[in-house]
Amino acid sequence: MVIDRQARLVAVESWDDYFLFTLESPQIACQARPGQFLMIRVSETSQPLLRRPISLHQAQGPHVQIFFQVAGEGTRLLSMKKTGQQLDILGPLGNGFTIRPELRGNEVFCVGGGRGIAPLYYLARELRASGARPIIFYGGRSGTDLPLKDRLRADGFEVLISTDDGSIGSPGFVTSLVEAELKKRRPAYLYACGPVPMMEKLAEICRLENLKAEFSLESMMGCGFGACWGCVKKIRRNDQEKYLKVCQDGPVFSLEEVVWQESEHG
Amino acid sequence: MVDLSVDLGFLKLKNPVLAASGTFGYGLEFKPFYDLELLGGFVVKGLYLKPREGNRPPRLVETPSGLINSIGLQGIGVEAFCREVLPQLAGLKTAVMVNVCGEEEDEYARVAEYLGRHQGIAALELNISCPNVREGGRCPAQSPESTYRTVKKVKQATSLPLITKLSPNVTDITAVARAAEEAGTEAVSLINTLLAMAIDLETRKPKLGNVMGGLSGPAIKPIALRMVFQVARAVKVPVIGMGGIFSAADALEFMMAGAAAVQVGTANFVDPDACLKIIRGLQDWAENHGIERISEVTGSLQL
Repeated sequence: MVIDRQARLVAVESWDDYFLFTLESPQIACQARPGQFLMIRVSETSQPLLRRPISLHQAQGPHVQIFFQVAGEGTRLLSMKKTGQQLDILGPLGNGFTIRPELRGNEVFCVGGGRGIAPLYYLARELRASGARPIIFYGGRSGTDLPLKDRLRADGFEVLISTDDGSIGSPGFVTSLVEAELKKRRPAYLYACGPVPMMEKLAEICRLENLKAEFSLESMMGCGFGACWGCVKKIRRNDQEKYLKVCQDGPVFSLEEVVWQESEHG
Repeated sequence: MVDLSVDLGFLKLKNPVLAASGTFGYGLEFKPFYDLELLGGFVVKGLYLKPREGNRPPRLVETPSGLINSIGLQGIGVEAFCREVLPQLAGLKTAVMVNVCGEEEDEYARVAEYLGRHQGIAALELNISCPNVREGGRCPAQSPESTYRTVKKVKQATSLPLITKLSPNVTDITAVARAAEEAGTEAVSLINTLLAMAIDLETRKPKLGNVMGGLSGPAIKPIALRMVFQVARAVKVPVIGMGGIFSAADALEFMMAGAAAVQVGTANFVDPDACLKIIRGLQDWAENHGIERISEVTGSLQL
């Protein structure tokens, strides 16, 4: 975990409100693992005050990539950064996905909803490097929510697409696509990141199918490194339900651990 | 070379910058970022006798130049702290302070008594001002009488120096400060957060799970500064100022208004090394202004 105040933005790609940034930060790149995140300063003023937690999309050589969607004032300011600018980033933070040696030679489902694809590309690459066979499920409301699909395929991954409006890929929710695929083949593990209703439905499917799974949760964060207790979610550990920190105890939790209660977050 | 040290009477600090309770975890969270011994000191997160679950999420909302939190003092409790955390802090050459909480007066005293039996604690900060743990944001620091009673009871329970942390959610903070002083507190620290809220227009629901929370950050600095100014003129015990301090300039304003030392809170979230930058900034400012001892700045406001 380091503070890099001079992470140079070396490349920006964008599709509507989705952005892919490549940052030069050798210290962070060499420590990073899939599922970890950065806390990024989006403003030099006190408006907005806090850093923004952004998932790592890739780490390679001296570079890290982030893929994010403009969802509010913080990400809007971040999206306006220009190539050559230096960003103030803190990371890598959190516990990433676990990549189990026993997955070697087995098929593994990586399910991303919208911007939730961000950590899964990184994960899928690491899984493949470890000898597992990742299959990427990539769902969105519409075709415009799936800007990375060609890139994922070009990188040699099997990518299954769904859109709520049926504009491309299989029509309907990505969870239905997962269910349909489960009738044809059984993965050894499932990883997911996306909107809570999507992950909650996947958790239900995993329990029914007796599949092991991990979920990456999103939360508003004050600090990102465990000091504020602001980002907690209810998590079941050692038979007890407790508020655990998404930043430090997560953001990745196992199927058995997550207590889905998004009604709290209305 | 500027002398940054500050003498609070009951405690000598190597510099006037303390990390504020609730924003600094148990101290260990900041070890990856810098040597904690560079700090004047730090106040670890509030502790009750037992572990505490905290409030239901969401617990944070950003407002203009500010942050509202409703954490609700989630924590491991004083026993686990003394067993698992304190041994890791005890050898540090900096002032380790512990923020003391209680459901009622008796619990404050019992927590203080328990901590008083352990080595490595320089002082206790009495948290009678958290707006997140009682119905309607109420707290003992909202009345001089309950402040007096709680401070008195804790003083009887421990010989550790006591810093009483005051609430801004009052009509006259000087009356509460004087009550704490009369009850024997060695210092006062202020301000805790301002009771606040935010609403989601679409759902028409409060943005915080606990409905109300405490506002901190640059937004509250002018109010905090005014209260530090008022309290410093009303009591003889040292005043530790806090509320939106993000820079050495902010810290100096509080010192000029009468603070002997300052606490840095929300800034620790934004910049984990905020305290260090502020210490360096105080050093630079004093050098540039030909000031030999930073303590000269305290109360130097020209009216």
